[in-house]
Amino acid sequence: MLRREMNAPRDNIVEIRDLHFSRGARKIFDGLNVDIKRGQVTAIMGPSGTGKTTLLRLITRQLRPDHGTIVVDGVDIANLNKAELYKLRKRFGMLFQNGALLTDLSVFENVAFPLREHTNLSNRLIRHVVLTKLHAVGLRGAADMMPGELSGGMARRVALARAMATDPDILIYDEPFVGLDPISMGVIVRLVRRMNDALGISSILVSHDVDEISTVSDCSYLLSDGKVAASGSPDELNRASSELVRQFMHGMADGPVAFHFAAPDYAEQLLGRDSE
Amino acid sequence: MPRELWITFVEFVRTFGALTLFLVELLIQVPRVFVRRFRLIVAQVYNAGSLSLVIIMVCGAFVGGVLALQGYANLTRFNAEDAVGIFAGFALIKELGPVITALLFAGRAGTALASEIGLMKATDQLSAMEMMAVDPIRRVVLPRFLGGVIAMPLLTAVFSMIGLLGAHMVGVMLLSIDVGAFWQQMQSTLDLRDVSEGILKSVVFGVIASLLAVWEGYNAIPTAEGVSRATTRTVVLTAIAVLITDFMITAWFLR
Amino acid sequence: MKKTRTVELGAGLFALLGIGALFFLTTQATGGDDFAAKEVYTVQARFDNVGSLKPRAPVSMSGVTIGRVTKIEFDPDVLNAVVTMSIDKRYDRIPDDSDASILTAGLLGSQYVGLQAGGSDFYLEDGSEVLFTQSAVVLENLIGKFLVGNSGKDDDE
Ligand SMILES: Nc1ncnc2c1ncn2[C@@H]1O[C@H](COP(=O)(O)OP(=O)(O)OP(=O)(O)O)[C@@H](O)[C@H]1O
Ligand SMILES: [Mg+2]
Repeated sequence: MLRREMNAPRDNIVEIRDLHFSRGARKIFDGLNVDIKRGQVTAIMGPSGTGKTTLLRLITRQLRPDHGTIVVDGVDIANLNKAELYKLRKRFGMLFQNGALLTDLSVFENVAFPLREHTNLSNRLIRHVVLTKLHAVGLRGAADMMPGELSGGMARRVALARAMATDPDILIYDEPFVGLDPISMGVIVRLVRRMNDALGISSILVSHDVDEISTVSDCSYLLSDGKVAASGSPDELNRASSELVRQFMHGMADGPVAFHFAAPDYAEQLLGRDSE
Repeated sequence: MPRELWITFVEFVRTFGALTLFLVELLIQVPRVFVRRFRLIVAQVYNAGSLSLVIIMVCGAFVGGVLALQGYANLTRFNAEDAVGIFAGFALIKELGPVITALLFAGRAGTALASEIGLMKATDQLSAMEMMAVDPIRRVVLPRFLGGVIAMPLLTAVFSMIGLLGAHMVGVMLLSIDVGAFWQQMQSTLDLRDVSEGILKSVVFGVIASLLAVWEGYNAIPTAEGVSRATTRTVVLTAIAVLITDFMITAWFLR
Repeated sequence: MKKTRTVELGAGLFALLGIGALFFLTTQATGGDDFAAKEVYTVQARFDNVGSLKPRAPVSMSGVTIGRVTKIEFDPDVLNAVVTMSIDKRYDRIPDDSDASILTAGLLGSQYVGLQAGGSDFYLEDGSEVLFTQSAVVLENLIGKFLVGNSGKDDDE
């Protein structure tokens, strides 16, 4: 743990300082500080609706913070113009929570899409790259299918292949493990780890899956109430004594994290006393 | 009450401004997209144009036919049934061709555009493109817009032509109007100015219908309900905007 | 790839059909603009009343369109209407004593200028004026005359 604390700031590929963000009246982040270390797999955990997806969108500037700074590889992304932003985004690969495959293109063309857009590779080379990536997620055989013909888990694997297609520096996964069977899950978990180590990229991984995260991540952040509730290596978190961390890591319904979204009193609502 | 009216008015002006800026943003990028993404535009001409042909032709034939019937029924009172050609020609080329084609386009191609773009937004496809450093305006919105703008005048011309043939069928073959009189009278009365009025209208309507469709889709609330609302609004707004501009252009030509 | 081909073929066919239709409309449905591109010369004629004659109305001789009305103005000094017409250069031997009348095509048709050839050996040329003219027949006046004429007859009987 000492090693990590001694790291110079330059070793953070992403630095988030005092981040505030609201959706309408609902405050989602309230002074969030997060460091993503270069070359590591960083996991973001938190109850549903805490804003994990929102955080990823903020890091890639699909959304802008109300307040606070986000620095990616030494550059404050708030001030980038469109060209600079697109240049930066070419270094990102992102797996969307629902896959977000382009529905009018085949699986093959989906994975080829970023290559065709940004490189001048020959068709032969593109074919080679695409089939390699599809093979890595076990879907080389589905190359000619359309996204509508895939199951949810298959779609997410194709999206993963697409995110990897241009060999980005930073890979962002929004819940990559949901809807995968145990076999694909094991393969994908190892793939995430191997990509990270072999290619020296940095990975940000959002997941609820405490067990899987323990096996892949170097460092985890647990978000709650717009702030970081706990952070550290999986071991540290597992051993943490805090009520909240224990509740989350061990999946208990009762504890400091409310399982329920803010709502009027249950009994009162059932008895029809609220005005509707 | 005046306050609410005022707010509605301000909101209308704001939306109109945003729409104008959106159009400018599109137009600035046209040359670039035209060169780099020509094939996407071709595909959209196919979607908006080729796939609308059947409905355009069927409607055109029947509109032409009914014009011949109505024209005959009314002109025959003045012993002027030879003027059915003039009547149908004027109505089709200057008015009904552009307007009905635009309304059919809104229903057939406009709704498809709006819901397609809206769904792409709802399923994060547009965000995914942004994340891959591809501008969805260039990749998705503009080719569809241009496809519509190119298709509309061609569809209108087809509509008017088929309409005239329909009028010919009903007028000449069914009602026994003299074929020479039908076409000769039309030709001697209509001139290029009338045809160019029709073409100008169809170009303007093409811009309006395509713009509203991609705008509604692009700004749809990304839910199933939001997309369905965007689709409905596309048809309604296009119909209103087309009929208002039709009036303005006609008035301008009569100056 | 095969699908792309279909799409491109479909788009191409559509574009050809559309352009064909445009061609049809400009050539078959219209008489074309007879005088736009040709050489013309300009003559004037003064009428007491032009009725509902409009610019661009045809100028015809023996039923053949030979020109178009380009301008209709009111001359405040002489208090009558000045009609300017462009006439096709091909018809440059129209006697200068021809007379111009404003006629109506059909019962309710639009009005046009009809030229009736005279017998002079001199011809109309650019800038000349047609001296003999006959005003438009205004329907209201005609009806008025008819009524007056009728009532007159009634009185006689
Ligand atoms: N477009 C939006 N408009 C308004 N509120 C939104 C919007 N998107 C998300 N939110 C709200 O922001 C909060 C955070 O959403 P987010 O999608 O980031 O959650 P999450 O942590 O990714 O949850 P999950 O684990 O279920 O994916 C939610 O409470 C949601 O209600
Ligand atoms: Mg999420």
